Amino acid sequence: MSDLHTVNKSPFEKNSLESCLRLSKAGSAILLYEDGVYAALKGTAVENMIASAVSDKKVYVLGPDYKARGLADDRMIDGVEVVDYAGFVDLVDANDKVQAWV
Amino acid sequence: MSDTKNFMFLNRRAPYGTIYAWESLEVVLIAAAFEQNVSLMFADDGVYELTKNQDTAGIGMKNFSPTYRTLGDYEVRHMYVDKASLEARGLTADDLVQVEWEDWETEESVDNIVEVVDSERVAELLDESDVVFSF
Repeated sequence: MSDLHTVNKSPFEKNSLESCLRLSKAGSAILLYEDGVYAALKGTAVENMIASAVSDKKVYVLGPDYKARGLADDRMIDGVEVVDYAGFVDLVDANDKVQAWV
Repeated sequence: MSDTKNFMFLNRRAPYGTIYAWESLEVVLIAAAFEQNVSLMFADDGVYELTKNQDTAGIGMKNFSPTYRTLGDYEVRHMYVDKASLEARGLTADDLVQVEWEDWETEESVDNIVEVVDSERVAELLDESDVVFSF
């Protein structure tokens, strides 16, 4: 079993995502929600962080937060998976514990 | 003697994650009601405030993005967007809402007062303002 890491801050405003990706083990699940979802968009200055994370971690985005911010599904970085609130709960249940990178 | 000043609202936060964007919009509407010259600047994560197609039905929060499109009716004449901030976030002017402006007396109108400007121009505009409100 592995851990679920959550990131809810914009990657342009705080280093939460950067630290999360640097300090989490391969095989971890990463869930982007609230302002964390901006990291999942293609073509940004931080695209490489997520694009390389998906090679050895599972990266998820909370769909309602992504949609609220006007971001289009077809511009999401490849390999990132969208979950709804029930999917969030499933991730919490499926992992050993939740580590929040606030 | 005129009591009119040039107010600049500098918006640097994304909407919904924090209350800054919404609070700024509230103060903009108040300032405009007092007949001041109101301009808005969007930089850093503030550019996210203007994205099209925001749909907050799934997060149980009020979608306040349509309010930006009414600012022209409150005699807000300029909404500037920092180009470098937009580019770093993978966005272009096409991703942003358009805001119409019309002067009811002269019938002068502008199709879209949202203007993408470079860093040098941002600095000039901030420098030229009498007061800068930061959100």
